[in-house]
Amino acid sequence: MSSAVLQNLVNRPYRHGFVTDIEADVVPRGLSEELIRLISSKKGEPEWLLEFRLQAYRHWQTMREPTWPNVKYPKIDFQDIIYYSAPKAKKKLASMDEVDPELRRTFEKLGVPLHEQKALAGVAVDVIFDSVSVTTTYKQRLAEVGIVFCSFSEAVRDHPELVRKYLGSVVPPGDNFYAALNSAVFTDGSFCYIPKGVRCPMELSTYFRINTQESGQFERTLIVAEDSSYVSYLEGCTAPKFDTNQLHAAVVELIALDHAEIKYSTVQNWYAGDENGVGGIYNFVTKRGLCRGVNSKISWTQVETGSAITWKYPSCVLLGDNSIGEFYSVALTNHHQQADTGTKMVHIGKNTRSTILSKGISAGFANNSYRGLVKMGAKAWNARNYSQCDSMLIGDKCAANTFPYIQVNNSSARVEHEASTSKIGEDQLFYFAQRGIGAEEAVSMIINGFCREVFTQLPMEFAVEATKLLGLKLEGSVG
Amino acid sequence: MQRKPLLEVRGLSAKVAGVEILKGIDLCVRAGEVHAIMGPNGSGKSTFAKVLAGHPAYEVSAGEVLFAGSNLFDLTAEQRARAGLFLGFQYPIEIPGVSNASFLRLAYNTVQGVRGKDELDPLEFDDYVQGKLKLLDMAPALLERSVNEGFSGGEKKRNEILQMAILEPKLGILDETDSGLDIDALRIVAHGVSSLRSADNALLLVTHYQRLLNYITPDFVHVMDQGRIIKTGGKELAVELESRGYDWVAEEYRALRAA
Repeated sequence: MSSAVLQNLVNRPYRHGFVTDIEADVVPRGLSEELIRLISSKKGEPEWLLEFRLQAYRHWQTMREPTWPNVKYPKIDFQDIIYYSAPKAKKKLASMDEVDPELRRTFEKLGVPLHEQKALAGVAVDVIFDSVSVTTTYKQRLAEVGIVFCSFSEAVRDHPELVRKYLGSVVPPGDNFYAALNSAVFTDGSFCYIPKGVRCPMELSTYFRINTQESGQFERTLIVAEDSSYVSYLEGCTAPKFDTNQLHAAVVELIALDHAEIKYSTVQNWYAGDENGVGGIYNFVTKRGLCRGVNSKISWTQVETGSAITWKYPSCVLLGDNSIGEFYSVALTNHHQQADTGTKMVHIGKNTRSTILSKGISAGFANNSYRGLVKMGAKAWNARNYSQCDSMLIGDKCAANTFPYIQVNNSSARVEHEASTSKIGEDQLFYFAQRGIGAEEAVSMIINGFCREVFTQLPMEFAVEATKLLGLKLEGSVG
Repeated sequence: MQRKPLLEVRGLSAKVAGVEILKGIDLCVRAGEVHAIMGPNGSGKSTFAKVLAGHPAYEVSAGEVLFAGSNLFDLTAEQRARAGLFLGFQYPIEIPGVSNASFLRLAYNTVQGVRGKDELDPLEFDDYVQGKLKLLDMAPALLERSVNEGFSGGEKKRNEILQMAILEPKLGILDETDSGLDIDALRIVAHGVSSLRSADNALLLVTHYQRLLNYITPDFVHVMDQGRIIKTGGKELAVELESRGYDWVAEEYRALRAA
């Protein structure tokens, strides 16, 4: 056992890397106004939505790709991407049983059964395959308590007033380069509306799957929690192994009104590329929640293990007085993966509170950065923030960075920041070994201990999944 | 009748970072015996202990070691531990985030598995470990803390012996277990170690001072200097070293070599 031990524990083959052979409706590659009109007409969209897209597109053309993230990759040719790819539906689906068997097998292989009988008890799933939503489970049962949970396209068709009211209200189309691109070309996603006073009886979840080699995935998630409502939302993602990079540029918007609470959890396991850094997903995502009402609360929990490059900052805008924002994150990078991830907590209302707990794990040649902004507005009287950013290094060829930005414009606001860096060293592994415990088990034990505070924030099934996933990802990194 | 050797070291040499530290060590430890290895700072005592346990920083350059009949250098560090070789660390390692209880249980269950015995679940293990804690007069709260993190020097050393008590090794190599212990703690730790002795196991005590040997009587005392064992005697040698120091042994050895 030497430092080579460390290098091998992170390598286990990616298990979701298969491709589904299914006939797809694919548009020509490249991006133009015509293409946007084509997507919009394929989806039978109303005029206002087409206008939303076109405005975003025109704005996007004036923007430049951000270069400030601490990641390196070759320039993306946005004309070389396929912006729409949908599995060809034989006919309109009346029920889950009519989902293409090939698709159904795909998701069963991924552990996401589309049959409600077989589905995880208590989790409703919206399943997105490339550009479109394939199916949503438990829709009926949710509708009984007034909850709308459906694909974005259906929401546009069935609840246009809600979509129009909230779309772009948290992440405006011109917010940033990738949000603008998404606003122009987004194809589907999930929509969720929890009416006043309703506590959602089950976990809602979206499962994203990229299948086509040269398509990007641009989905939109919009969650609105009315006064005194509660919802817990989960997001999972996988993609096949390709030696080219696929772009995933999603936008997620959350809106919490008075006394409402939204809990949003992600376990991201996009294909990360091989051990030489070839292939993998570019995950450039904008996620933001608006605590619009008083006493509202938005909590982000993410476990980021996949993607060649991760670039995302799930944020909270704390507008309502006494509102609460939370961010719990584990980001694991191995091989040549790069992650620049963190959060923004923007305190506007008084007595607003936020907590940031970030755990970065870096192995192989990976580069892992935490980047976070805590902003205390002029009227954020008695606002408080507590941030803790811990990094762990496995081996000696990886990097961990922390970039905390703090802006305080109110003298009564309080901000605390703590950070630590640790390393799984040879001596620790030798200590475990001397007690009969092998390197893989030792690393998994150390990592799980390191991440425990974040894992406890996840819904139980997800916490188990996340623990397994980290173990899998790190296998072979100690060898 | 002499028992079978548990540990046989023949002509062992080892390097760290290219520098030879051990220069041909011979030693035979039989079941039921207690051996003390003494010597000045930098004589190679701790290196010897770490080489036996399989620390990755050391490279064996010559010699062979048989442990319980098998070639020690064919085994990885964890295989040696599972085969019953235990090293009590001079500087126990801190492992933040991993609770002492779960660490101890995993180690215990791993060794139990190898011995073909049943693993214990957390509750059963807790019952088992409580008895061992009493032996070392340790507070149960130490189980809930991260392994060695924030432990005092004495707590760390007790935690090492606790692990030995739990794992019940064939050979316990204790590297300077007495250093950093006050007189009461030394008595408790030494008592704990003594209570673990049996006719089937053996102890190799690496120590700088004789005081530990007041509590655990050695069968053999070896003096190490510059990577070699230069003198071997009985328990009275330790007392003599305490009063006369080490220099005379080295001089005697040089004179012997010159002759």
